[in-house]
Amino acid sequence: MPDVSQLIRYRKRQDLVFNLIGLACTLFGILALVVLLADLMIDGLPRLSWQFFTSWPSRFASRAGILPAWVGSLCVMSVTLVAAVPLGIAAAVYLEEYAPKNWLTALIEINIANLAGVPSIIYGLMALGIFYGAAELGLGLKRGILLAGVTLGLLVLPIVIVTTREALRSIPSTIREAAYAAGATKWQVVRYHLVPYSLGGIATGTIIAMSRAVGETAPLITIGALTFISYLPPSPIQSKSPFVSFEWLQSGFTVLPIQMFNWTSRPIADFQQNAAATGLVLIAFTLTMNAVAIVVRYRVRKKLKW
Amino acid sequence: MSTTAPRKITRLRPRRTAQSPGRLLREIVEWIAASGFFLAGISSIVITAAIVFVLVYESLGFFREVSLVEFLTGTEWMPQFADPKYGILPLICGTLVTTAVALSVALPVGTIVAIYLSEFAPFFLREIVKPVLELLSAVPTVVYGYFALKFVAPLLQLVIPGLPTFNMLSAGLVMGIMIIPYVSSLSEDAMRSVPMLLREGSYALGGNRLWTSLRVVIPSAISGIGAAYILGISRAIGETMIVAIAAGMQPNFTLNPTQPAATITAYIVEVSLGDLPHASIGYASIFAAGFLLFCMTLVFNIGGQMLRRRYHQAY
Repeated sequence: MPDVSQLIRYRKRQDLVFNLIGLACTLFGILALVVLLADLMIDGLPRLSWQFFTSWPSRFASRAGILPAWVGSLCVMSVTLVAAVPLGIAAAVYLEEYAPKNWLTALIEINIANLAGVPSIIYGLMALGIFYGAAELGLGLKRGILLAGVTLGLLVLPIVIVTTREALRSIPSTIREAAYAAGATKWQVVRYHLVPYSLGGIATGTIIAMSRAVGETAPLITIGALTFISYLPPSPIQSKSPFVSFEWLQSGFTVLPIQMFNWTSRPIADFQQNAAATGLVLIAFTLTMNAVAIVVRYRVRKKLKW
Repeated sequence: MSTTAPRKITRLRPRRTAQSPGRLLREIVEWIAASGFFLAGISSIVITAAIVFVLVYESLGFFREVSLVEFLTGTEWMPQFADPKYGILPLICGTLVTTAVALSVALPVGTIVAIYLSEFAPFFLREIVKPVLELLSAVPTVVYGYFALKFVAPLLQLVIPGLPTFNMLSAGLVMGIMIIPYVSSLSEDAMRSVPMLLREGSYALGGNRLWTSLRVVIPSAISGIGAAYILGISRAIGETMIVAIAAGMQPNFTLNPTQPAATITAYIVEVSLGDLPHASIGYASIFAAGFLLFCMTLVFNIGGQMLRRRYHQAY
């Protein structure tokens, strides 16, 4: 007869051991993040100064700055926002509210899941192909901010669609039925009820999508983002009539991750410091956005009690 | 029971709404909205079609010059030389080695983290740790590349003497760290969707937490965990910046992770950085490489989706 109390003790010890292993693995992940941040700070923090944000790239590491990079990042992000968010919301509304159950809908579903897994550099190749296609057709599409922003917009589109769909799905059907009963049409239900109620979820998805886009490098390299740039895109607001200009959309550009990549691949140690400092700026961007997204999601979940 | 015919309802006012101009306008708006949403819905198909079209169209130019057999079986990738060789095996090799290194970190760690968070960790710990871990996948990959080159590679050089600065090992390890949350998040979701009843049955038979996790929870959630693994693999294959920065850009037909080597993605980056003319065959080669990459990830993505659907159906 086996000693039961010994067996129990043995089993409990097993649990304890795995508890420790699990905790160690979890801490390993967190530790990696901390070490990464610390490494960047040690290398890059001394370089972060007002001058760093307001200077042009330079042959001299100590004079170089990230002015065109962060301006370019903001410009590209704004195009991405305009390209991805309305399209993403509309696609989500279609799939949740309008789509009939048929093969086409099934195809779209599989397709979106699949697009989310396509490597980002493939989007860059697609944009490059479209650029050359447009050139052959004689369209004046440049390798500029517009092309880059739209490419990143398509890249993050699945994120926006998935989060918006989740938000729409969490709205109870009683809301829809009540609106229909009061005589609202489908569009009115979407416009005045479903989209406003899912704004929290949409905001979360948008922020996460933007944080993904701001750090994306590979697709912009393939469409030829410049690494050394000494001008800013022309201002969208002009002093002369018609006061608004969209020339900046076609302007050449660089973005923060490209600038960082460029500096990382230089052998001189001073440029490595610049790279680390750029990385800090970049990581501050993305981590802040993710933190905001977590807070928004948390508050929306707490507030909504259907 | 006597039945009386219901009284006929007489309309006091004539029915008007059906003909009113407001109704017509509303129907037009409805139609515009419905077709707009439909167009947005099929936009994802248009994107996929555009990707496939561009890749196939540009690759065709490449395969007019280079035979498919040479492309898939050649062991030398030297597009810049006077006598160019286009055998993609070295690039595939680089991709596979970095992916294997990454998975050897991400799969064990990710799985253990998932089991721990789903079955062992107290509620508050899980609520804090999960978002923090997910930040790992939010860090821009170019920053990871810097980390691999400037921190992990010198660290590994202390352990492995003679390790070159650019090597697949450090790139793969860092890529593994990046993929941990992809694996752990999806696996944990799958494990948590296993009904409590199954666990209670195991406890009632005297199983401890570890055995319940290994013998009951994991087998029940296996398709979800499989989906997580497959999506992790697909991520690793397509990862670009980490390998482009830290693994070197020279094609190298080797399975040794301590060597530098280019992956498919790193090659595309390398060519894009240079200024090749559009008509050249070197330029077309990145589309052929990209097409291969797309097909590889497509297989994994579809496989992962099918597994995922299965676990959604299970409970």
